[in-house]
Amino acid sequence: MATSSDIALRCENLHRYLGQGEGRVHVLRGVSFAARRGHVTAIVGPSGCGKSTTLYLLGLLDQPDAGTIWIREQMMSNSSDLERTAARCEHIGFVFQFHFLMQEFTALENVMMPMRKLGRLGEDEMEARARGLLTDVGLGDKGHRLTTQLSGGEQQRVAIARALANQPAIILADEPTGNLDVKNSAVIFDLLTRLAKENGQAVVLVTHNPDIANRCDEIKPMRDGEFC
Amino acid sequence: MSNNLRIAFRFLTARKRSMLMSLAGIIFGVGFFIVTQAQTSGFEQFFIKTILGTNGAIRIEDKFQQTMFAIAAEGHDAGASKFEVAADRSARKYIKGVEDPSLIMEALRRFKNVSGLSEVVEGGVIADSSFKNEAARVYGIRLEDHLAVSDLALQITRGSLEDFRRSQQGLLVGSKLAERLQLRVGDSLIMQSNDERRRYRVACIYETGVGDIDRIRIYMHLGEARSLLKRTSGASFIQVALFDRDRAPQDAVQMSDVLRHGAQSWQDREVSWLNAFSALQISAALTVSTIILISGLGMFNTLAMLVIEKTKEIAILRSMGYSRRDISQIFLWLGAIVLTIGTLGGWVLGASVTYAVSKWPIHITGIFTAETFQVHWSIMHYVVATLSAAVVVMTAAVIPARRAARLEPGDIIRGTSQ
Repeated sequence: MATSSDIALRCENLHRYLGQGEGRVHVLRGVSFAARRGHVTAIVGPSGCGKSTTLYLLGLLDQPDAGTIWIREQMMSNSSDLERTAARCEHIGFVFQFHFLMQEFTALENVMMPMRKLGRLGEDEMEARARGLLTDVGLGDKGHRLTTQLSGGEQQRVAIARALANQPAIILADEPTGNLDVKNSAVIFDLLTRLAKENGQAVVLVTHNPDIANRCDEIKPMRDGEFC
Repeated sequence: MSNNLRIAFRFLTARKRSMLMSLAGIIFGVGFFIVTQAQTSGFEQFFIKTILGTNGAIRIEDKFQQTMFAIAAEGHDAGASKFEVAADRSARKYIKGVEDPSLIMEALRRFKNVSGLSEVVEGGVIADSSFKNEAARVYGIRLEDHLAVSDLALQITRGSLEDFRRSQQGLLVGSKLAERLQLRVGDSLIMQSNDERRRYRVACIYETGVGDIDRIRIYMHLGEARSLLKRTSGASFIQVALFDRDRAPQDAVQMSDVLRHGAQSWQDREVSWLNAFSALQISAALTVSTIILISGLGMFNTLAMLVIEKTKEIAILRSMGYSRRDISQIFLWLGAIVLTIGTLGGWVLGASVTYAVSKWPIHITGIFTAETFQVHWSIMHYVVATLSAAVVVMTAAVIPARRAARLEPGDIIRGTSQ
């Protein structure tokens, strides 16, 4: 049974409406959930069921209309924009379907970017850590390349290294393999789960891929804005 | 280097062409602002130098008597009484000239700002050369005194001041008058005033650059002028030089009140020309500022487009923990970088063109004589150009920066961002 110190992230009774007027849709209808450290949870379900919306709410990128979110036992759902921003920097790493790397920067600089914002390490330490992370994802020799000079799989690996940069307690991944072929999907998933487990991080990923979902520690199926 | 500044530098390269266009606009705007200000104020300064070098900073002339006083009296109040007499400045009777120049000059020497004084006797004559005769104005001076209140020594174009100093019959003739009378150094000239006709010799020809002076004015020794004009005492005016020329209006008011003589500062004397120069300067500044304004609009457009192009990057940065303030700062830094490079480039362009223009040969005569474009090097031109560019560019950067900061990362990633 999970103790409260194992829980990196939890939410209770989340509600979210999107759109306005007649187009207003009740996307999330009382979602409750907990993510444990060193544990990989997959949220699965058909398109439009509210998977990504749940993920953005958990990642403090969006605000719920009702319900509560705790990050490491600190309630964040009613906190200010500045507090949620600081929590994202310190506790949450994101991996998106379209890697979302900064094109004007090299792979190394992309990985250093969250560390620069957090400001805990000196320049040399940041660079050493970024190089280490790129080596972990198999790109140790490509750190100097602009992200446009990397393949899709390599770009997603840089995105994983970037998500791990500040050693966050939570990794949130929105279809991290959705844009990759089967071989690369397996590589990326293995990499993400191995590194997260090694570092004791809670991983929550949204996926359509049943093979990926089946390899997770827990599967949370979702339908019409609720966990089934 | 701050992280936001580092990101801003990289974002600059995202829209190279339009950024370069905005940058070029700011460089040209700042540069031309500096050049036009250097030129207009250059000619103004040259004009001021010319008029100070010929007519001095202040002229004391015409004694006045007060004809009307306002009298105020207060009744007894606990044993104290008060009685005030206030002179009405508009009610003055003027008596031509300075009656006792020695006394007035003695008093003037007590003003701390006074650096030199010259007593002048002035009168109209007919100057008769072997070629023709012309009406002229004689200025009787003590040479050493007058050299202390004017640039006469620097204005000699032919002949030697030493000849004038040695000879009581020597004359300093304006270049235009000398030309009309076909006079050269050493030629004799008959001066006629009242019934008196006397022969003098041209010791020097001078050129102030001011056509109205060079066409009419003849300097001679004070004693000779008194004798020729039959003015045995007094002076037409006293020319005053100051250490601080900008204090002339205040000093003139004080001198007038103390000495009971009219005192006119160079700023009052030349007010119409000085106003014309000011108008020209403002007009040039406004005209050239439109270049900066247009570059600012270009900058606004470029940054607004950049915000639209970079919404994904903004969302990534926000997801990594960059605050709204960081995002705003990145776009403000973009403006500041373009402003800094544009301003520095503008300074270099402005200074280079100002230098080149100062060597450009032209021939101007009339209110002054100049052989090249006149420029005035002032740090203020650079400061004002920079401030104008800063206001325009930073205003252009603020709106896109605020818009970028307002973007919601969740909306962008979800793909519903407006």
